Amino acid sequence: MDFITGIFKTSLGRKYVMAITGAGLFGFVVMHMLGNLLVFAGPAAINEYAAKLHALGPLLWVARIGLLGMVGLHIWSAIKLTSENREARTVEYDAAAEPVDAHRRGDIVAKFAARTMIFSGLIIAAFAFYHLAHFTWKVPQINGAGMEDFESYYVADDFTTPLAEGKEGKNHADVFKMIVTGFKVPAVSVFYVVAVGLLCFHLSHGLSAMFQSLGIKNKNIAPWMDRFAVGASALIFLGYISIPVSVLAAFIKIG
Amino acid sequence: MNLDAKIPSGPMAQKWDKHRFDLKLVNPANKRKYEVIVVGSGLAGASAAATLAELGYNVKCFCFQDSPRRAHSIAAQGGINAAKNYQNDGDSVHRLFYDTVKGGDYRSREANVHRLAQVSVNIIDQCAAQGVPFAREYGGLLANRSFGGAQVSRTFYARGQTGQQLLLGAYSSLSRQIGLGKVQMFPRTEMLDVVLVDGHAKGIVVRDMVSGEISRHSAHAVVLATGGYGNAFFLSTNAMGCNVTATFRAYKRGAAFANPCYTQIHPTCIPVSGDHQSKLTLMSESLRNDGRVWVPKSQSVAEKIRKGELKASDVAEGDRDYYLERKYPSFGNLVPRDVASRNTKEACDDGRGVVGSGLGVYLDFEDAIKRLGESAVRERYGNLFDMYEKITGSNAYQNPMTIFPAVHYTMGGLWVDYNLMSNVPGLYVVGEANFSDHGANRLGASALMQGLADGYFVLPYTIGQYLAGVAPDDRTDTNSAEFVGTEETVRAQIDKLLSVKGKRTPTSFHRELGQIIWDECGMARNKTGLEAAIKKIPELRAEFWENLNVPGENGSLNQSLEQAGRVADFLEFGELMCRDALQREESCGGHFREEHQTPEGEAKRDDKNFSFVGAWEYKGENQTPELHKENLVYEEVKMTQRSYK
Amino acid sequence: MDKLMNLKLKVWRQDDADDVGRFEEYQADDISPDMSFLEMLDVVNEGLIGSGKEPIAFDSDCREGICGSCSMVINGTAHGGQKGTTACQLHMRHFSDGMTITIEPWRATAFPVHRDLVVDRTAFDRIQQKGGFISVRTGSVPDANAIPVSKDESDLAMDAAQCIGCGACVAACKNASAMLFVAAKISHLSLVPQGQPERERRALAMVKQMDDEGFGNCTVTGSCEAVCPKEISLDFIARMNREYGRALIKKGTI
Repeated sequence: MDFITGIFKTSLGRKYVMAITGAGLFGFVVMHMLGNLLVFAGPAAINEYAAKLHALGPLLWVARIGLLGMVGLHIWSAIKLTSENREARTVEYDAAAEPVDAHRRGDIVAKFAARTMIFSGLIIAAFAFYHLAHFTWKVPQINGAGMEDFESYYVADDFTTPLAEGKEGKNHADVFKMIVTGFKVPAVSVFYVVAVGLLCFHLSHGLSAMFQSLGIKNKNIAPWMDRFAVGASALIFLGYISIPVSVLAAFIKIG
Repeated sequence: MNLDAKIPSGPMAQKWDKHRFDLKLVNPANKRKYEVIVVGSGLAGASAAATLAELGYNVKCFCFQDSPRRAHSIAAQGGINAAKNYQNDGDSVHRLFYDTVKGGDYRSREANVHRLAQVSVNIIDQCAAQGVPFAREYGGLLANRSFGGAQVSRTFYARGQTGQQLLLGAYSSLSRQIGLGKVQMFPRTEMLDVVLVDGHAKGIVVRDMVSGEISRHSAHAVVLATGGYGNAFFLSTNAMGCNVTATFRAYKRGAAFANPCYTQIHPTCIPVSGDHQSKLTLMSESLRNDGRVWVPKSQSVAEKIRKGELKASDVAEGDRDYYLERKYPSFGNLVPRDVASRNTKEACDDGRGVVGSGLGVYLDFEDAIKRLGESAVRERYGNLFDMYEKITGSNAYQNPMTIFPAVHYTMGGLWVDYNLMSNVPGLYVVGEANFSDHGANRLGASALMQGLADGYFVLPYTIGQYLAGVAPDDRTDTNSAEFVGTEETVRAQIDKLLSVKGKRTPTSFHRELGQIIWDECGMARNKTGLEAAIKKIPELRAEFWENLNVPGENGSLNQSLEQAGRVADFLEFGELMCRDALQREESCGGHFREEHQTPEGEAKRDDKNFSFVGAWEYKGENQTPELHKENLVYEEVKMTQRSYK
Repeated sequence: MDKLMNLKLKVWRQDDADDVGRFEEYQADDISPDMSFLEMLDVVNEGLIGSGKEPIAFDSDCREGICGSCSMVINGTAHGGQKGTTACQLHMRHFSDGMTITIEPWRATAFPVHRDLVVDRTAFDRIQQKGGFISVRTGSVPDANAIPVSKDESDLAMDAAQCIGCGACVAACKNASAMLFVAAKISHLSLVPQGQPERERRALAMVKQMDDEGFGNCTVTGSCEAVCPKEISLDFIARMNREYGRALIKKGTI
């Protein structure tokens, strides 16, 4: 019990929670991107991949609950830490930081990404909710594709042939068609690109701060960790946005 | 006045051991029934407060800074001496003892110095155990360096921040006791008077510097660890807040003030840059290991440099006067502090100073850079060169540094006996605040040693001797007439300071006083000057009480009021310094009387007539204080004349 | 002698902890570039007293960058932002004629303002009292050379131990986090062998007190390191995080 309170009730403990759940979510973001990229291998590949995930059954639910738990803890600790931070500094300085060594301003003023973690995080959370409604719960009202019902997109066992009338749980979902239909709507794609951009912005600071919070950073390896954070964020950004861009450019299309 | 030093009998090397056995002990179960007040939280105060609390006494500790960690011990750079002989170079307790007595120009008390040398070894053990990150060798053992011209390497150090690290060690012990509830800490609290009951020190009156509240605190004994009085000169390397108030008010209550004329001037400080100067900054003495001190041979060249028409590099080698190397061929630039300082003054008095004010000489690293390369010089002194550049804006790799002596440490202080108790029973004085161990001149790296020796290893034993004779319930109620009366005195003084409402700021008086003392009672003193000062200071004091302007009120944080109170004490104390300098018709250590010098211009001691501690007794306002003498007897060390030729 | 400067100061004035406070403007004329920043304030204060006003209260003591008393935010930057420099060591030659300089106290809930630029930093002392020490009684210690300490570790401990406790890290941090200060102390004592027996207890106790004092959390912005007059590295915060995790696993809480 001591151990648990030590984690959840102290500043440093909550930073661990933040870092560890952040690491888990980063893992999810990477796996999700790799899965999504199968769209470039054609309908069969991505649909089969989706079907396999679905076939995991209870395990899938374990993963989903785990993810949800991580998201919950990540947000909880973020809100808790942020509210403490606000209480710790209630008065802002009147003057903008202008050090006598002007070139040092960049070091002294908190980087934009670091300053805005809570905002980028909350916007990403809102986007994630939309994204789930869009592709997982398949709410027609929000996909912007003229009330297209993604619930009706199914494929036969060859993962390619669309079915006129599929059934949840019996037939395989036509994920490929959902993606293409979904991203053909420019507004949806733009929102997606912006959200992924924010996510990567969030990661560019979060990944490096994670190493710091877990205490595995030092001067020797810090530059490499920072490079890793920026590099991974950039790759993830490119990986994700390649899909809507390809759809809009008709590089990926149905048929 | 009874100035019995209570030096234990027996051979020098056994005095302390014997004395520790002879000292009365306080029953362990009774210690918690005693309360001790410690004023000051520097090396001596923090170590004393922590150690007394460890022993079981209840301690109240007071400091004027916002945290005990900020006492001015923190600014000591060089190191701390200890007779560990880790370097196998022939050091010993006896050698450290001998060097300290000799360095003090035979004006310190032998038995105290020997004890200091003895316990010096314990200090290093204690500090290492506290986690003080002393410099180490690759083998993991402690590193040493030779310091201040010592012939052995006995100085322990932590980069250029030894004082800081030792103070933080003592502060950590103190913090531990505060956390345990054995020490009650009062930061931002200034002691304004000591309370005597039947001649014994029984408490103090303090002012809370945030709220202005005056309060009375009683105890079974009072320890003053309030540092030196270097700020009497206004400009010194002391911190802004360093003051004489605690010791001076104890003096006014009957404690004898010993050797106030002994002040140490440090030769390598950054020169004054203008009238705005608030304090002076010391540069480590180690710079003289490689830097060469010089001025131009000709006054006209110096004049041109002062006007900015010439640069140091324009002066040809043959036109330079490396006066320390010229006059002291064997020690050269490494002559002791007082000798270096005095010669610098002479060169400047001769019109050959090289900074705008005329008060500065060159400390040149050109040869060292040629010989060792800039990178080697940077490695040795990089942080000092950086500090120099920060303050002066000048790059000392390209242009020579300019330096001038500044007041740095005061050897005088309240008179104490071997037990560190003043002539007022129950009033102990430790660290720089007492007079005891350095005689007329302090050796480098010995101030830290003395502060910690007193606080960790001497006072905690000797205070038992007094407390064992005081019943635990013999504690004066703070509502007693003595306490109330003392508080009234304090309040009256504060009201008086606030009510003058004249035109001049406390700083302006302080600056003027400092100038008088620096001119007449500084590096070189003479009868005429001292007599003039003794006339001028009371005049200034009179003006102070007629024309002082302290804005605000007592009931809030009022830094002008704090300062005014301190300046008021300096204005009285300065006169005492001059009186002491006047009576001491000889030159010794930091006290140089121009009338008493050898034909070569060196200090000339008069052992026959002045081998005594001059302890002054307060006789009342505007009365001439009375001089008492404690004769110094040298059993172990033979007096010789110092020579650095 | 370089040219004298005339400056405009915009200074935070607050009578006591309960006062709401306000900015007041002052003229600082004939300022020499050789003055330190605090000497410039001395000059302004002498003028204020002369005109019957109360001087600007600010903390300062050693004025050589080691006691950690001085504490002011100059133009939005703790200590003025010259690398590795306290306000007392900052000199006016870095400013230019005609400039307006804004001076504010450290801003943090855990550092309430006493008056003007003077703040209460006793929170730092209370953190130290919880564990910033090695519990050794005077006298009961082994010979100093009985326990060898590797030079590298000792040097690293010294890097951390240099902290002057000025609070600039808290002042600069947008979250008013005291982690750089606490990390410096925990790191110093955990790096030397003498500090090992209390290593876990110390980390847990000091972090808890830090939290209780109302300091914010680290969001790894690095502002603290950038303004630290002793240039204490952010690495020590990582080390503290590691120490804390280790202590949690070994000991739970205290």
